[in-house]
Amino acid sequence: MTGLFSEVFLSALLFGAVTAAIPLLLAGLGEQMSEKAGVLNIGIEGMMLAGAYLGFVGAFYSGSLWLGFLTGIAGGVAVAAIMALLCVRIGLNQIVIGIALTLGLEGLTALLHHFQFSRSYPRLPAADATVIPLLSDIPIVGPAFFKHHLIVYLAVALVFGMTYLYRRTQLGLNLQAAGDKPAALDVAGIDVMRTRTIAVLTTGAMAGLGGAYLANVGAGLFIPFITNGAGFLGIVLAMLARGRPVWVLFGALLFGVCLSLTTAMQVAGINIPTDVIQMLPFLAVMIMLVLFGRRASLPAALGIPYERGAR
Amino acid sequence: MSIDTAPTVSATSLDATSSAATRRDILRRLLMTLGPILVALVIAGCILLAVGVDPLAYYGYVLEKGLLSPLGIQQTLTRMAPLLFLAAGLIVAFRAGMWNLGGDGQFLLGAVTAAASAPVLVQILPAWLALVCSFLIAMAVAMIWSLVPALLRAYQGVNEIITTLMMTFLGTSLANVLVKLVFRDPGTTVPQTRTLPVEDRLPRLFDTTITSGLLLGLAAIIIVHLVMTRTAFGLKLRIVGANPRAAVHAGLGVPGLTIAVFAISAGLAGLAGAVDIIGVQGNVRADWNPAYGLAVIPAVFLARMNGFAAIGFVFLLSVLSIGGESAARRLGVPNHFTLVLVSIVLIVLALAEYVDHRYNQSRKA
Repeated sequence: MTGLFSEVFLSALLFGAVTAAIPLLLAGLGEQMSEKAGVLNIGIEGMMLAGAYLGFVGAFYSGSLWLGFLTGIAGGVAVAAIMALLCVRIGLNQIVIGIALTLGLEGLTALLHHFQFSRSYPRLPAADATVIPLLSDIPIVGPAFFKHHLIVYLAVALVFGMTYLYRRTQLGLNLQAAGDKPAALDVAGIDVMRTRTIAVLTTGAMAGLGGAYLANVGAGLFIPFITNGAGFLGIVLAMLARGRPVWVLFGALLFGVCLSLTTAMQVAGINIPTDVIQMLPFLAVMIMLVLFGRRASLPAALGIPYERGAR
Repeated sequence: MSIDTAPTVSATSLDATSSAATRRDILRRLLMTLGPILVALVIAGCILLAVGVDPLAYYGYVLEKGLLSPLGIQQTLTRMAPLLFLAAGLIVAFRAGMWNLGGDGQFLLGAVTAAASAPVLVQILPAWLALVCSFLIAMAVAMIWSLVPALLRAYQGVNEIITTLMMTFLGTSLANVLVKLVFRDPGTTVPQTRTLPVEDRLPRLFDTTITSGLLLGLAAIIIVHLVMTRTAFGLKLRIVGANPRAAVHAGLGVPGLTIAVFAISAGLAGLAGAVDIIGVQGNVRADWNPAYGLAVIPAVFLARMNGFAAIGFVFLLSVLSIGGESAARRLGVPNHFTLVLVSIVLIVLALAEYVDHRYNQSRKA
């Protein structure tokens, strides 16, 4: 027992939880924005993969993690641009295009990886941590929460930025209206297409950054299908959070702890299939839903393409 | 949530009175399907060129192995069996406005229970009865698995996209746990279930290698199509899909119908798993997840939830996946290219439908 619950082990577990939670957090926040604006973004898994691949390529060839994050964001935005063009401007079915983009990016990134890296499997050096003075000296919690790469703190700050955006700004209100009653927004003189396009592109940027973090900091390398459902988890988180960014953070941490526990159990040599632990977060959420299940408060126009003058 | 119910009329083309008009309509539809596929092949070909593979050789292999060679077409038709069941299940759910995105979890649990029960049952029951029983068990397990999202949606109004997605993650893990811990074949080193002997599997059709599961799948999807379009029960489900509030006011028992929809949809997904195991695979290996559901969902949408059109799209998917697998092997391209090809085909088909729709609108105006 001493080995399992020692101080070092606990802080490593929590450190891993934060690392695992960041991609989910970014995906969840991104998806939340799309959904608020009325676009059910099922292509987010593909956006994360594009971000992971391009982020890794950028960081690998330039040697700079930050440049990697930028190329990752660019990758996510590029996929989101296709989604915005097809689903917002032209109004094609969001589920068809979303799944098609996810399938396509899964295939494309795996293909490119095969031709580029499958012989060498290059790795990035470990990311530099930004140590926060004083706070990082707290036992257990300090090394777990305050010794991460700078981008982690920025991602958490983004949660509060989002809350401010939704509560206090005109753009936040416009986004909400684009999802609840786009026709009213249109009458008020705001371009619905433009509002939704902004939302989808922002989602792409966040998902791309999440993917790049996953590959560059979380794993240090790119492997095919590296996101492994993180985008879909982001969709679940966004829907559970009912429009509140802080809930996405809590949800992401819950899933992060469970993901980290899986790795920790393997390291500790405990003989339970990892599948059992992987089930835990979903079980927890399902039980919560069964006990406290309330009517979902999804935007009224979610999934419906807007067409001016349509009845 | 948007529910696409309008196209049910256009798909049956009631207004085409003369046979010439019907023929022109069919020709146009054929053109609108084959044209986009050709365009998609050209786009995907450019990607192949970019990575240094001869696209003509690749497509040659796809056509030869997926469609033209006797062995290839038999494999393609065999692959169709589970996909048809999945598509049938999705048609019921989508027409009733329920987004059952948990098909893969239901599929895997059906597959695992079929794989666990069939080898045991064949030893105590006559072969045909054993297979029927394991089909029923697989169906029942998948139905029970869908009960939680169904009840939550029916009585609590919890959005089923979240719950079915979560249940599919849960189901995939649970299937693995079952294979590794409960139903593991002690005789093998790799974790997998007991293998059903080839002679006890679903019979093959005539002298071919095509599984008779294909006929079951075809029957399932046609029955589903007829029930949804020709019966009172189907009409009720479509009303629930079009406008749940109106359905309540029309006196329909919406919660009961919701549970029925989930049960049918999940049951068919469970049968898809069973037909793949009892017909083709014979056992379930740990971490086996073909993720058929993800490709079938857009195909069902493109077919506008029409059963007959869905058969066509499922055939196309099977040709691409069987042909792609073999082309990839021969040319040294990873099999992942098939995903890219399927994705481009889906997007271009969706675009073509939009162009067609706009063209029709401008002609009417």
